[in-house]
Amino acid sequence: MAMASSDNAVRSSNFTRALIYLVLILFALFYLLPFGIMLVNSLKPLEEITGGNMIALPQNWTIAPWLSAWSTAQIGVQPTGLRPYFINSIVMAVPAVAISTFVGALNGYVLTKWHFRGATWIFGLLLFSCFIPFQIVLIPMARILGILNISGTAYGLILVHVVYGIGFSTLYFRNYYAVFPTELVRAAQIDGAGFFQIFWRIMLPSSGPIIAVCCIWQFTNIWNDFLFGASFASGGSAPMTVALNNLVNSSTGVREYNVHFAGAIMAAGPTLLVYIVAGRYFVRGLMAGSVKG
Amino acid sequence: MGFLDINNVTKSYGSVEVLHKVDIQVQEGEFLVLVGPSGCGKSTLLNMIAGLEGITSGEIVIKDRVVNDVQPSKRNIAMVFQSYALYPNMTVGQNITFGLEMQGTPKAERDAAMADVAKLLQIEDLLKRKPGQLSGGQRQRVAMGRALVRDPDVFLFDEPLSNLDAKLRVDMRTEIKKLHQKLGTTIVYVTHDQIEAMTLSTRIAVMYNGYVQQLGTPKEIYDNPANLFVATFMGSPAMNVLPSKLVEMNGALHAQIQGADGQDVHLRIEDAPEAYRAFVGKDVVFGIRPEAITDPEGADRNARNIQALSNLVSVTEPAGADTFVSTTLSGKDCVARMRADADVHPGRPFEFAVNMDKAVLFDPKTENRIA
Repeated sequence: MAMASSDNAVRSSNFTRALIYLVLILFALFYLLPFGIMLVNSLKPLEEITGGNMIALPQNWTIAPWLSAWSTAQIGVQPTGLRPYFINSIVMAVPAVAISTFVGALNGYVLTKWHFRGATWIFGLLLFSCFIPFQIVLIPMARILGILNISGTAYGLILVHVVYGIGFSTLYFRNYYAVFPTELVRAAQIDGAGFFQIFWRIMLPSSGPIIAVCCIWQFTNIWNDFLFGASFASGGSAPMTVALNNLVNSSTGVREYNVHFAGAIMAAGPTLLVYIVAGRYFVRGLMAGSVKG
Repeated sequence: MGFLDINNVTKSYGSVEVLHKVDIQVQEGEFLVLVGPSGCGKSTLLNMIAGLEGITSGEIVIKDRVVNDVQPSKRNIAMVFQSYALYPNMTVGQNITFGLEMQGTPKAERDAAMADVAKLLQIEDLLKRKPGQLSGGQRQRVAMGRALVRDPDVFLFDEPLSNLDAKLRVDMRTEIKKLHQKLGTTIVYVTHDQIEAMTLSTRIAVMYNGYVQQLGTPKEIYDNPANLFVATFMGSPAMNVLPSKLVEMNGALHAQIQGADGQDVHLRIEDAPEAYRAFVGKDVVFGIRPEAITDPEGADRNARNIQALSNLVSVTEPAGADTFVSTTLSGKDCVARMRADADVHPGRPFEFAVNMDKAVLFDPKTENRIA
């Protein structure tokens, strides 16, 4: 867009500028529209929706659908609301993100600063794992979880997501550490720091942006995952995404659209929050590896 | 046996040998400079002394202890890197004491050592800052502080001044020299800058293509270069090397070179070494430093053999303190270094005074000095 070059010698007129902003605002509204409708309808009584007025603002504002979605709605057969599943997702996502990020950082550190024979091959194989479709591993993974006796538990899902996440997190950290000055590692070696001391004291404290990038990426993927959640977790241990599906598909009587909308926003909330809190690091971290040198 | 012995050390990457049988003995308190163009193996050698690169064959001995298989941190060395390699996440104070902390020195001792070093380098008011908030010269000081605080047997410097601007580089050079004189420590210093090498060192090892071309004091290297590479690499502007012929006339040896007008010019050589005899009537390379060619009034009063040489001046370059005068000899550009007020003009003939005491001859085939 012309915005990038607005500071060059050719000044665009105010009219052009206004036009550009108008277009941008229209696009932004267009993208926000679905979310707006979800939000508006989650705050309406059900009659207003079934009355056929989906776009209009609520006549009677209510947070009852949110309360219902959170604690009393029918999920499958139990009227528990989404709360326990929300907790399931947290219990699954937080350790999975932490472990895969940590292992990725360690991998990146070893692959770039402690070069060994075959390092390029190992990195290539790890990279390859990023491109394996989820569906292919479902059956072997189910078998392994069975052997380890953790199928249907949060541990099982954590393992699955860690294994799947390591490829990406290694890629991120390897590229970040590839341009990290090796002289720092050498200086630390001469100073007498060991393998892990260098990692903890020198590498990790300088990895803020890439840790943010990695966490955002992993958290979004793991939180939003439906396939693994539906395949490897059952009943009470299902994650939020699966529970949301069950909420929407529980057909006892009327479909409570307002409750469904509230539940969907709840499911999207944490990833949204992560982007808002750490999003500025995301771009910065992605750029760091390529430009800074 | 020296303080730091590099005994027949070689380094290979696969089948490629990049350092060939390097043999240097460094005495305690010496300032050894490894100098050479990029890729000559000087940094590799330094990293091998530091323990950051393995030794393919030969051995490195520090204080009578073979350190080939000793960890870098256990060799009692300290290193200053080209990029300074300050830990960006730590304050200056933490940077300086990190090594001591890793060795398990108690906090009180660390703080005392840090205070001493900070005072020595005048960085006391920087201790709480992060490296990112420092200027180039300050970072350089901190990097030296980090090395000094460990009180090592040998200091290793890897091109420490090449990231500084010209003026600061000269200042820091003097400072390093002062520090060396004050502390009397043993230093191995890598640079590609021959002026740094000349000014700082007590001894220089000139390296090229993985070989030590010559090892000697700055004066030896400058006045008696072992071969054409050393002769042209050390000194700025470089030594003039002119195709020439050694002839015998009137019972004395002469270097025969060609003037700008195509006429042969003969420069008499006195006290010729015995080795010159074998080259009579043969081609040689005549080497003379720019400052040995002057105007007659500016010639060295102590020189025993000054030969006059009349030739056309092609270019003059006044540089303030000196004027560099170019002339063509044997088809090559030859630079003379003269007083600023020497009366020379481009395009006119001029009577040059050549100080033949300083002239050296090289064998054009082996490129080694004839002596």
